[in-house]
Formats: sequence, structure tokens, C-alpha cells
Amino acid sequence: MSLTLTDVERLARLARLAPDRAQAEHWLGQLNAFFAIVERMQAVDTAGVAPLAHPAELFGEVALRLRDDVVTEPNRRAEYQACAPAVEDGLYLVPKVIE
Amino acid sequence: MSHASFLVQGYEVVIGFETHVQLSTRSKIFSRAATAFGAAPNTQACAVDLALPGTLPVMNRAAVECAIRFGLAVGAYIAPRSVFARKNYFYPDLPKGYQISQYEIPVVHGGELGFFLEWGKGADTQRLWRTVRLVRAHLEEDAGKSLHEDFHGMSGIDLNRAGTPLLEIVTEPDIRSSAEAVAYAKELHKLVTWIGICDGNMQEGSFRCDANVSVRRPGQPLGTRREIKNLNSFKFMQQAIDYEVRWQIEQLEEGRAIEQATVLFDPDSGQTRAMRSKEDAADYRYFPDPDLPPLVIAHDWVERVRTTLPELPRAMAQRFVQQYGLPEYDAALLTQSPAMAAYFEATVAAGAAPKAASNWIMVELARRLNAADLGIEACPVIPQALAVLLGRVADGTVSHAAAKQVFDALWAEGPAADPAAQAARVDALIEAKGLKQMNDTGALQAIVAQVIAANEKNVAEYRAGKEKALNALVGQVMKATQGKANPQQVNELLRRALGG
Amino acid sequence: MSAALHEWGVAELAEALAQRRVSSVEVTQALLARVQRHAALGAFLAVDEEAALRQARAADERLARGERAPLLGVPIAHKDVLVTRDWPTTAGSRMLAGYRSPFDATVVARLGAGGDGHPGAGAVTLGKLNCDEFAMGSGNDLSAYGPARNPWDPSRVPGGSSGGSAAAVAARLVPAATGTDTGGSIRQPAAFCGVTGIKPTYGRCSRYGLIAYASSLDQAGPIARSARDCALLLSAMAGPDPERDSTSLDHPAEDYARGLDEALPGASAARPLQGLRIGVPVEYFDDRCSADVLAAVRAALAEFERLGATLVEVRLPRTELAIPAYYIIAPAEASSNLSRFDGVRYGHRAAQYADLFEMYCRTRGEGFGPEVQRRILIGTYVLSHGYYDAYYLKAQQIRRLIAQDFLHAFERCDLIAGPVAPTVAWRIGEKADDPVSAYLADIYTLPASLAGLPGMSVPAGFGADGLPVGLQLIGPHLAERRLLHAAHQFQRATDWHTRAPASVPSSPQA
Repeated sequence: MSLTLTDVERLARLARLAPDRAQAEHWLGQLNAFFAIVERMQAVDTAGVAPLAHPAELFGEVALRLRDDVVTEPNRRAEYQACAPAVEDGLYLVPKVIE
Repeated sequence: MSHASFLVQGYEVVIGFETHVQLSTRSKIFSRAATAFGAAPNTQACAVDLALPGTLPVMNRAAVECAIRFGLAVGAYIAPRSVFARKNYFYPDLPKGYQISQYEIPVVHGGELGFFLEWGKGADTQRLWRTVRLVRAHLEEDAGKSLHEDFHGMSGIDLNRAGTPLLEIVTEPDIRSSAEAVAYAKELHKLVTWIGICDGNMQEGSFRCDANVSVRRPGQPLGTRREIKNLNSFKFMQQAIDYEVRWQIEQLEEGRAIEQATVLFDPDSGQTRAMRSKEDAADYRYFPDPDLPPLVIAHDWVERVRTTLPELPRAMAQRFVQQYGLPEYDAALLTQSPAMAAYFEATVAAGAAPKAASNWIMVELARRLNAADLGIEACPVIPQALAVLLGRVADGTVSHAAAKQVFDALWAEGPAADPAAQAARVDALIEAKGLKQMNDTGALQAIVAQVIAANEKNVAEYRAGKEKALNALVGQVMKATQGKANPQQVNELLRRALGG
Repeated sequence: MSAALHEWGVAELAEALAQRRVSSVEVTQALLARVQRHAALGAFLAVDEEAALRQARAADERLARGERAPLLGVPIAHKDVLVTRDWPTTAGSRMLAGYRSPFDATVVARLGAGGDGHPGAGAVTLGKLNCDEFAMGSGNDLSAYGPARNPWDPSRVPGGSSGGSAAAVAARLVPAATGTDTGGSIRQPAAFCGVTGIKPTYGRCSRYGLIAYASSLDQAGPIARSARDCALLLSAMAGPDPERDSTSLDHPAEDYARGLDEALPGASAARPLQGLRIGVPVEYFDDRCSADVLAAVRAALAEFERLGATLVEVRLPRTELAIPAYYIIAPAEASSNLSRFDGVRYGHRAAQYADLFEMYCRTRGEGFGPEVQRRILIGTYVLSHGYYDAYYLKAQQIRRLIAQDFLHAFERCDLIAGPVAPTVAWRIGEKADDPVSAYLADIYTLPASLAGLPGMSVPAGFGADGLPVGLQLIGPHLAERRLLHAAHQFQRATDWHTRAPASVPSSPQA
């Protein structure tokens, strides 16, 4: 199966990217070239194969490590906001959010 | 009327609930920043909460323990292995551009919540025991807040709340009316505070409900649902659902189809409106979070948690029925809160008859608490004092009416330093107010004789077989004793004197 | 020791510093001067002489007090996807131009001053190294700050994404550097630049402070001029980070440098690798690989046989599937990992926008380069509704099959050997607009990455146009010590790793 320009534009919206038409068409070509080699996967029979999400599963049971419920983080707002594009009264400013 | 016919203009209302319960942990679910409410903006948002480049999540054990407590409390299955997933979407209050939640394999599966649904007024009040099935409960992180007061056309983002642990509790579409929705929400609210996983503070957003509402003709397949978000008051919950139901029926009646939507309730207009920000069809691209291996919960951990659970409201209510012979409904009301149940048991322990104590607490005490807007833990009359008072009613020392006066007096005086002292005040007040019933038979007989002598007409009528005439005579005696006589006793003495 | 300071390796420098035969300030100044002189290589993105010398002086004071730490005073440099307090961190992206992290990555802290209860190895940071944007690339030609160049031929790529790290080490600008490897980003540039690099077992080094590209694959590791030097750095970098990275392994850190010189148990000094079984996967030696690379790799294998190792043929039948599997899994994770770059809390924000949506789109459209946007798009697609099972899930299943191939192979051998890349370094711009052909060139490094296995690149001679060729060694999980030992024994018997590129004359004055 191959992607259409509409697909590319929908994905770009979803990913918050803004390609112009030329760029979208360029991507379309490259994406389809890529998915051509991806299609090889579909031929492989993976029935009953558990997906491998964490490589550590391969050499022992992986279990989420849990930490104690303690507060250790001090207020470092000034430091954290030093590199922020727009702040006021300690708040990050963004274009009006409409609910 | 029976619950099955809870129809609105011939439509059946179908409601499912999603409740976000903020878990009472000190630190956040994936970071070691504080969760305290009300701090200055972004002073409790650490590098992890802000999603600074290179930061990673590390799970808080206490949040998992809260989920286990809840699962046990609703008789659910605690998954020995559950998985955290990323829910991807862009929003300024979502720092990573995804929310860490549980999708395919949540930590809590199933379970149920039961409660009494009551409708009608006074004599024709009806009650029905209802059970709502839970689909699941899963752990996830909260987002920050967008402050909409105007920063010259911009919104301000406060990320203090980002990363606060939530348990999202999802029901089957088992709810059939706005009243039942509120009853369910109240029961859930009671349970999560009862087992100590949530402070229950709805103003601060610790308990937020989303209601999925649809309507259908009975027997028809489910209608299209609209989700009402962020119902954080029981009052608005009922208003919002009622409005939404009316609106949906109106649409259908006018031949318009309902479109799936997320709506907000505006308390001022009393209406719901679709959220604009949710318009573009969401595609959350869920996938297992590679930063977090599966959450593994060993059986013995679950068992350890089980031993730390308090007696649950349902179990306690059943015990009240067996141990104290109370009706189911009394038991349910008395287990509204641990404090209420404790007050009742303390009163009985101090010698009061269970049913009498139950009646008094549910009627006299409840009314005064409501009027004074007090919680029972702040009740000025201590259980020991109430027990003594109820004892005086039981042994005929005072009438029920007189007991109310004593109770009001105790209430007004407020609790004494030492419990025994307030209990002692009961008899003192009965004396001082002269509320003791007249139990001196000799004196009473004399009065009875006088009344008989002075009311020949009634006497004649009574002897002629006119029962009513006796009541007049009883009234005369009561009058003569300023109401201190025991009406039953007077009745008997009269009959005997008149050779009845 | 007569060679110029920049010729010295980590082990030699650490020893000389500990014996106070040289000061950290001297070494640091000498290397800073070299970095200046070879700025045209584009290896460094950030140098801060003052910050570096401050650390060097502090190290000299500690040495004067007789304090000891494994790398005390030794200058190294960090790939720019590892965050640092004292240097800007850009990940090679315009998105993070001028970004300063309020904290050091765990591996940076452990190599340097320490923290979180870790003493720190005492290394001095010289600066930050160029790389492909967000580590997405294999030529370091996809850095927003211009390409890094291959010291063996400046018209060629140094490989990527840790191209700056490999180029800096090969050009003798630093004795060692950190890199990160997601699909080959340590091994392939090490091979292209004729230096030694190791990608540890997934989870061996903390990822805290490593700007995430593909979370289930990313691993930091050292690049140096010898296996011994890699061992010294890895010993400091490895180990659990329980409070910061849930995927870091519980296995305690090891001293990988210990016992490198010893022969295997029962082996003689002459044949120190006696008893070591090296698996040779037929799939790694077919016509996908160019003749010059194959020749060098075969010669290296022959050397291992002389050292006592025995070669056994193994099969890795799903090798080819690693390309689609990796290029689905990595972009999927990347599309999500890079969502945080939204212009709200840090980094680039577009100058003009009508509303929130446009602010996001312009910010990301301007901040991310084409390859990053391409991978975000691929990742968004394979995770999107209706395609998840066919792509992402399928790829994760194939990932397990690929891993199982390795586990079976390791029943018959102790290590697996083969080429790192099918060719030597290509010309800058050669694959500029053909991403897919660049993807195909990752064929030999992707499988071990998907399986989370440790892999090394060891200099194994030269191929076409006198460009370096790397031998890849892949070990079972947590077999870093075995890898480093075999590589070290090979390097005692060969001198490929000591060869310096002619473009950077190594006379004391240079």
C-alpha cells in the first residue's frame, strides 16, 4: 500500500509539523520508498510471537523498579525558567488556550 | 414506581462514569517533587515534571499501593503485571507531549460498587439497592493547568499539578438516571476517602467525574454518547446530566442525530457546550512506554495491603445489621463515614439501645448537624451523653419530647472538658427543667380521682361505651400534671378507677 | 614517554597525572590548542576554555593533595546529546540552540565530578561534540551546525551519529569521548575513523541526561583509541541509576580494565584466546558487503585464530529484517520523545504565529531538520490508528525473533564477529537525498541494537582509498568484559588502532 498526499498532511498535523506542499510531496516520495522495504516484514509469520518491548526481558524477568514516596526536589523555578521562551509571574505563556 | 421505569419521555437514560481520583501521596507519580495544593505557580514542577531534555520517569511505590487498596475495596482483580503506555497529544499543560497512563493492561480489573438509591418523599419514599460494575481502574499522571485570565491575549501555564498521581476509575454503562449517577459518585467518594487513598476535596479537584451520557428507547441498542467533563460538584453533576438528557432527547425528537462529543457544563447558564479544543478527531497513538518496564505486583504484596485495610463500609453495615439488629437502611446511613459509624457504636457501647441510637442520630442529630453545617466529628454532644439521655427515655424518666429539650440544652452548652461531666449534665438538666415524668402512683391516683369527680359528663359518656370520652379525661389529668404524667399510666389508672 | 601529549592515551595520561609527571592544566591547554587548530574538522560544537581549565586546576589541586580517582585530570569530551550544566547542549539541533541543562547527565557526572553518591572518575570536560541532529543519522552530515569531517579524508563523513566523537578521538583532539548508540552510532563512526568504540548492553549505562531518540535502544558508551581506554571509561560510566532511570540494570559496575592482559583460563601467553569460540554469521559476509571491507575483516579473523580463537559458522537468518524493524521502532519512539519540543518551556519558539496550533507547527517546522521531521512523520504513521498492529507491533515481534537468532547463535559461540558497515566512509553529501540507501548501510549494526546486545568496533586495517575498516564484535548480554578482553588481546597483536591519519600530523608542534 502507498501513502497519499492527504495522509502526509494529516500526519504532519498530528505531529504538529507544517510542510509546504512541495515539502509534503517530497516526503511522500521518500516515505513510499521507505515503506516499500518495510513491506518485507509483512511476509514474516509472527503468529504467537510476543512483542519485545524491553531488551532486558531476554536475560531475566523485568519488573518496574519502585521508589519510596519522598519529596527531595526543591523549588528551582528561576533556574528552570531561565531558558523559557515566554514567562510572566512564574507562568509559561502560550497563545490563548481555548477549551 | 419501580426503578425499571426510570424513563424520561419514554427514553431510557444510559450513563457510564470515568472518575479521576487524585491519590494522597507526598511526591508525584514519576518524580520526587511535592504534590501539595496551592503552591506558587511552577514552584513544584521539577525537571522531570517539566520534561526537560534527558529526564526519565521513576515510579512511586505509594501510588501503586493506593491502586491495590482500591482494587481490594471493590473486590476487583489486581493484575500481577500491568503496563504503562504513552497517550500522545499536544497541549500546553502536557509537558512531554504525551501522558503516561495505562491502556491495554491496567492495574485493576473489574470490581463493583453497591449503594441505596432513594426516591420519592415522606411516606411513599422508595429505596432500591443498586450495583454498578467497574470495568477497570488505572494509574496515570495528571496534567498541569492553563490559567485563562488574560495575559495580554496569552494563557499562563502552571505545571505544579503535572505528574500528580491519579487513579482513573471506569464503570460499565450501568447507571440509569442522574439521581443514580450522583448516588454512585457519592458512594465512590465515600469509599476512596474511607480507605485513605484520596482527600476527597472536590473544590481542589481531588475527585473529578466525567459522565458518558446517552439515551435510547428501551430495548434499543446504545445511543451515541456525549462525555460531560470535569463534574466536580454533586449539585452540578445532577444539573448537567439532566440538561444533557433533555438536550439529547430534544435532538432525537426533532429528528437530529447525536454526534459523539466532549462537552463542558456551565453552571451559570445551566447548559453543556462542546469543547472546541477536542474537535479535531483525536488519534492518541498509544504504545507501551519504553521508559517503564511492566509494573509487577506480587501476591504477597497484595495480601500485606489487605491486612492494612480498615473495615469497609459495606462490611460494617452488614455487621450493624447482624450485631445490632438494625434495618439495612439504617446500617447504610450510619456507615456514611467512619466518624458517623464510630459515633453510633460509641453511643451503643455507652449503653443506648441500637435502634433508638440509630433513630436519634439519623433524625435529631442529623437535622441539627445540617442546620449548623457541622461534621459529626464536631458534634457538641458526646455519645456518652446521648446514651444517658436515651436511657432516660427508655426507662420512662422523660418523654421523647422532653428529651429533645435536654438534647438542645446539651448542644447549646457544648462539650464539657471531661466526658463524664457532660453525661452527668443530662440528669441535672432534667431536674432543672423539671422534665421528669410523674411516676408517683399515689399522687397521680389522687389527681385521677379529682378529675373523675369534676367531669361527670365525660365519665357518663365513657361508661355508656364512648371510648373517646376517656381521651378527654386523660387530657384533663395531663393538664393537671403539667404534662409530667406518663400518658399510658394515666390511661390505665382511669380505666381501673372507672371499672373499665 | 616522548610522544606529544595529544598522542597519549587515557591509561598513560591517568598514570602520568597520578605520578605528577604532567599536570591536568598542561594537558588541557595542549588539547584546547589542538581543538582550535583543527576547528575545520567540525568535531566540536562547544568549547569553553575557562570552564575546562577551571576543572583542570581543580583536578591538579586534588592530585596535589594526593587524592586518587581513575581518570583524575584526564580531559575528555561529550557527545552533544548528553546534557551538561557547564556547556550548552543542542543535540545538533536548531531546536536547542543555546540550551543549558540545569543538570549533568548521569554518565557525564560519573566520568567527572560525580554526584548522587557516586564519587566520579575525575575526568575534565573539554567540550561538546558534534553529532547528527538528535542522533538521527549515520554521517554526521545531518547536524544543524554543519558536518563533522573524517580526519582520514576531510571530504568524507566520519560516520554518525557520534561523528564528532570519533573524529575528535581519531584526530587526537581528545584521548577519549562519550558517544551514544541507538542503531550503530558508536560502532559505525568508530569504524569509519579507525578508533575503538563500545556500545554496552542496553541498560548498562544510565540514560538519565541522554536526550532520548529511541528509548528502548539508546545506550551511551565510550570511544577511544584502544580497548583498554574504552574499558577505563566504561568502568566509570556503567552501573545502576535506580533513582533516575527505570531501565538501568541492577548489575553493579565492574572494573573492566582489570585482567585485560591476562590470557583466558588454560590458555598460553602465545595463544591467549585459546578456547574462545568466535561465531561468524554467514549473513554478514555476503555481497551486501564490499570486497575491501570483507578482506580486512577476514584478515582480522585470521589474526584472532592465531591468538588461539576458533571460528564457528553461525546463522542470523533475520538479519535483513532488522532494517524495517528498526526503522519502525526507532521513529515511533522518536515521534513521541520529540513531542516535548513544543516551544513552551525551553528551546526554539517561532517568532510569528496566529494561534497555538500555528505556534507548535512553526516552532517544530523551523526547529527540526528534514531527517528528524521525516522520522517523526514515519513514527506518527506507524503508531496511528489502524496501522499500529501492522507496523509497530509487527516490528516488535520481529525484534524478538532477531534477538532469538542471537541467543541461538550464542549457544555455539562466545562472541560474534563481522563487519561494522558494508563500506568505508562515503563522501559528504553522497547520500544526502537518499535516506533509504543510508538506512540500508546500517544492516550490520541494527540487529545487535534491537537485541540490546553489547557491540564493539575495533580498527581492523584499511580498505578503499586508505580509509579505516572496523571489525564488529558482538557479545551476549552483559559480556562487555569478554568483548574488551578479546579486543585488547587483538590490539596487543596488531597496530591498526595506533595509526594516525596523515591529515593531522602528530609531531609535538602540530
